[in-house]
Amino acid sequence: MSTALVTDLTIFVLALLVGVEVIGKVPATLHTPLMSAANSIHGIVLAGALLIGVTADNAVGYILAFVAAFFAAANVVGGYVVTGRMLKMFRRKAPAAPPPAPAVPAGPAVPAGPAAGETSAAANGRPA
Amino acid sequence: MTSFAAVIQLVYVLAAACFVIGLHLMNSPATARRGNQVSTAGMVVAVAATLVLLIHDGTVTAAGWIVLICGALAGSAVGLYSARTVQMTAMPQLVSMFNAVGGGAAALVGIYDYIHTEPLPGGVLGTTTVATLLDAIIGAVTLSGSIVAAGKLQGVITGQPVVFRGSRLINVALGVIIIGTAAFMLGTASLPALLVVVLASLAFGVMMVLPIGGADMPVVISLLNAFTGTAVAMAGIVIDNWALIVAGALVGASGGILTKLMADAMNRSLANIIVGGFGTGDSVVAVAGPGGDAQVKSIQADDAAIQLAYASKVIIVPGYGLAAAQAQHAVAELASVLEDRGVEVSYAIHPVAGRMPGHMNVLLAEANVPYPQLKEMEEINPEFARTDVSLVIGANDVTNPAARRAGTAISGMPILDVDQSRSVIVIKRSMGTGYAGIDNELYTDPKTSMYFADAKSALGALTAAVKTLVA
Repeated sequence: MSTALVTDLTIFVLALLVGVEVIGKVPATLHTPLMSAANSIHGIVLAGALLIGVTADNAVGYILAFVAAFFAAANVVGGYVVTGRMLKMFRRKAPAAPPPAPAVPAGPAVPAGPAAGETSAAANGRPA
Repeated sequence: MTSFAAVIQLVYVLAAACFVIGLHLMNSPATARRGNQVSTAGMVVAVAATLVLLIHDGTVTAAGWIVLICGALAGSAVGLYSARTVQMTAMPQLVSMFNAVGGGAAALVGIYDYIHTEPLPGGVLGTTTVATLLDAIIGAVTLSGSIVAAGKLQGVITGQPVVFRGSRLINVALGVIIIGTAAFMLGTASLPALLVVVLASLAFGVMMVLPIGGADMPVVISLLNAFTGTAVAMAGIVIDNWALIVAGALVGASGGILTKLMADAMNRSLANIIVGGFGTGDSVVAVAGPGGDAQVKSIQADDAAIQLAYASKVIIVPGYGLAAAQAQHAVAELASVLEDRGVEVSYAIHPVAGRMPGHMNVLLAEANVPYPQLKEMEEINPEFARTDVSLVIGANDVTNPAARRAGTAISGMPILDVDQSRSVIVIKRSMGTGYAGIDNELYTDPKTSMYFADAKSALGALTAAVKTLVA
C-alpha cells in the first residue's frame, strides 16, 4: 500500500467524520437545501474531469472528457444556483402583507399572487 | 512536490475548508444563504486553481481545451437552465438528476484514468486498484439508479413498485458478475472486464430502484446522494486529489445521515425498503382496531371555517397530497387570514411529508410561510394536546394512531400525535388509503370531521368562508 493511498484514506475518513459532525446539526427544515448543497459540492468532480481530460489524445478520450466535463459542470452550476434559489425563500417573517382583499362571498377563492415568490426567486439565481 | 504543486494543493485544502464551513452555516436558516455563498467561493477557487495548474503545466492540447471548454459550457447552460426553471414540487427529480450526473462524471474520471494509464509503462497494467473499481461500480449504479428514480418521481416511470418474477434472481446474478469480475481485475488489469463491470453496475442500478415505491423516494434519493459522494471520493483517490476526497466524503456523510433519518421516520430498515415497497409483502396481517366500522363524520366549509376562526391554536398537518394539489399558496393564505384574527398557527412537518428530506418545508417556504412556523415532529408533538383544531391536508399514514399498536403495516412508525388535539378536520378527496394500504383510524375518531374535497378548492373555500362569516 503506497504512502499516497494511506494519506488519501486518512483524509477520507477524517472528512467523513467532520461531515457527520457538521451535518448532524442541520435542522430538518433545511434538509432539502442541504442535500442540494451537498450535490453542488460533489460537483468538485469537475476539477477531476479537467485534470484528467487534458491528457486526452484520441477520439475515445475526447468523448469521455467531454461527457465528464458536461456532467460535472451541469452538477456544479445547477446545484449552487438551485440551492441559492431555495434558501432565498426561507424567511423569518412573512413579507409585506398583501393588500387586504375585499371580502368575497364564499366560493372557490383564488390565492393571491401565486407566482410572486417564483418570479423573484428566478430572477435571483446567481451565475456561477 | 514542487512548490507550485504545493501551492495548488493548499488551495484545494482551502476549498475543502470552505465546503465544511458552508455546510456548518446551514445549521440555521438565518445563516444558510451565507453558507451556500462560502461553498460557492470554495468551488470557484478549486476550479480556478485547477485551470491555473493546467495552464502552468502546458500539457493541454488545443483540441483538449476545446473539448473541455465546450463540455463545461454546455453542461453549465443545462444546469443553469434547469436550476432556474424547476418547480419546487419537482425538486426531488432535479436533485436526483444531479446525483446521476455527479455519479456519472465520477465514474468517467475513474474509467478514463484506467484507459489512459493502462498502456503506459509503469501504469496500472497488471493490477487494478480497489478505488478505481469502487468508483466505477458506485458511480455507474448511481447514474442509472438516479435516472430511474427521477423518472419515477416525474411520473415517466410508474411510481408503483415494479416487481416481476425472477427479478431477485437477476439482481443476484448481476451482483455475482460485478463482484466476480472485479475480483478478477484485482489480479489482472483488463479494459473489457472494466466494461463488463460498468455495464453490470448500470443494470444493477436500474434493478435496485425499480421495485421501490413512490413513498420510499426520500430514502432512495438520500441513499443515491450518499453513493454519489462516495463515488466522487473514490475518484479523488484514483487521481490522488484531496479536494475530491474531502468533498466526496462530506456528501457521503450527508447522504448517509439523511438516509438513516428517513428510514427511521418510516420505521423501516434500508434492506426492507430496497427489497420491496409497501403493500407488496404478505407478512403483515392487519389487526382490526377498536371500532373498525365506526361512522365517519363529514363537514362542510362553513362549519369548518367557524371551528378554525374561533380556535386559539391551530396546527396544520400537510402531506404530499397538498403538494400534489399545488395547494401550498392556498394553505398559506388561509393561515395568514387566521393569524390576522389572532389564531396561533403552526405547521407540523413529518420527516417524510414530501418526496425528499425537507421537501415540504421548501414548498411552504415558497408559499411565503415564515420558517419559525414550520415545526419538526419532536418539537410539535407535545403541542397537539394544547391545540383546538388540527387541520390535516393530504397527509395520511403519518397521522394514523394505529402505528402505536403492534401488528399493523405501520406499527412503530413515528407519527404526528394529531389525535390528541381537541378536534381534527381532515381535507381529503375520499376515504382511500395511504401508501401503507390500511385504514386510518384517525378518520373514524369521534372528534374528527372529514371535509371531502380537493385540497386546493377546499382551502380556497375555507379562506373565503372565514373572511365572510367572521369579518
